[in-house]
Amino acid sequence: MEGNIKLIRDDGLRLDGRANNEMRPIKIQTGVVQRADGSAFIEWGANKIIVAVYVREAYPKHAQNIDRAIVKARYNMSGYSVEERKRPGPDRRTMEISKVVSEALSSAIVLEKLPRAEVDVFIQVLEADAGTRIASLTASSVAVADAGVPMRDLVVGCTAGKADGKVVLDLSKDEDNFGQADIPMAILPRTGKVVLLQLDGDVTEEEFNEATSMMMEAMPRISELQKNALMDKYSLEDGE
Amino acid sequence: MVSKMPMDASAVLSEIRKGFILESIKTGKRLDGRSLDDYREIKITENFVPKAAGSAMVEIGKTKVVAGIKVEEGDPFEDSPDSGVMALNIELLPMAFPTFESGPPSEQAIEYSRVVDRGIRESKMVDTSKLVIESGKRVWMIFVDIDVLNYDGNIIDAATLAAVTALKNTVVPASKIGQKDYALPINATPVSITMAKIGDELVCDPDLEEEQVSNGRITVTISEDHNIHAMQKGDIGEFSLDEIRKAIKTSSNIGNKLRETYLR
Repeated sequence: MEGNIKLIRDDGLRLDGRANNEMRPIKIQTGVVQRADGSAFIEWGANKIIVAVYVREAYPKHAQNIDRAIVKARYNMSGYSVEERKRPGPDRRTMEISKVVSEALSSAIVLEKLPRAEVDVFIQVLEADAGTRIASLTASSVAVADAGVPMRDLVVGCTAGKADGKVVLDLSKDEDNFGQADIPMAILPRTGKVVLLQLDGDVTEEEFNEATSMMMEAMPRISELQKNALMDKYSLEDGE
Repeated sequence: MVSKMPMDASAVLSEIRKGFILESIKTGKRLDGRSLDDYREIKITENFVPKAAGSAMVEIGKTKVVAGIKVEEGDPFEDSPDSGVMALNIELLPMAFPTFESGPPSEQAIEYSRVVDRGIRESKMVDTSKLVIESGKRVWMIFVDIDVLNYDGNIIDAATLAAVTALKNTVVPASKIGQKDYALPINATPVSITMAKIGDELVCDPDLEEEQVSNGRITVTISEDHNIHAMQKGDIGEFSLDEIRKAIKTSSNIGNKLRETYLR
């Protein structure tokens, strides 16, 4: 889908005015689905994603792991979330995203503390504007923590890619559609270990290294927002 | 559901066997005698299914897959009127492994398919601009169907190798519409290399037992332009950035050798 659309302006900034290593604004809130054990709402640029977490005994019984929990994330897009209506229900793309998000969360959750349990993570993308899998994962880990599930760390994600041949952080929709590469990545910030990594497009080894260091630099800031979202909810409750 | 390997009596490794594999890999040796970077023996049979427009059987050790291509007329996508269409699908046949089931594709099958598809698509292997019959109206559609017949680890690499070989011997049946048949226009030869993390080591081309003891898998697809066109971290597990950089180097080195040996 590469076209002749110019993604970097003459002044060196991107079409939306950001510098190459600048993120879009991010807002995270918890406790937004009161019925659930834990929940979170994230606004990441124009992305709007709500996540609810339920922890229960896995069912049917033969699906249980006797010594640890299983994690089932379900990434789902609303029909109105994208330009052309998205037909509701899972498709191949959303099933792959559900799988890699489940696996990333599984690395952060102390699975052995919840034998026979299932951690259900329901992700609903209300508005999509590039980078939804990473925004979903970032919000999901806050929602899982909000549910009181024991975790080694929060999972924090980010994307980088290539627009007009330049490495840029946090791709916009245009950059995602017309750029030359998309690299979503998520880490456990305490150790810096990578728990989600995908790439498609065309990058050299050097460009890959530049993209990953850009993301590594940005992720602690996103992680602060995650922690603040949790602190906000629980410090308020203390005060009441 | 996330479970690294299907949980079933015939698919569970004993703890003793696991320990044995782990201890051996710590010393740089694998149970089948390979070093950590060694690939298993590869056998490729081109044109395995002459009824297909292109085909190949690929065996990596005991893992066995067949890729077959069908080329049919169809409508282009609205947003790309001057481009043919490629669709790729991997079937994990029930005969290949006790816990593979018939029916709609599993998450595992979908993930594998999409990783193989991305490597081929993003390397621009197939020149889809040369598959247009009438701009905006009719194009050739390339269907790549890959069947896994026997599973002993590393389906992603076997499927990529089979698909790439089959695409390279594919003929577009243009005589059906009164033109001359022509070889599918090919621009690149992507090779995917998959590694498993076992203990603190990266192990190339894992077999089934190695997949079962591993903590995470990583696939890197590189074509002869030396650029990376697809990457995927899969399964529960974590990698350091250094390990990922090492995986890229290994993929580049071994991929080049495989391309020269098997994909000329």
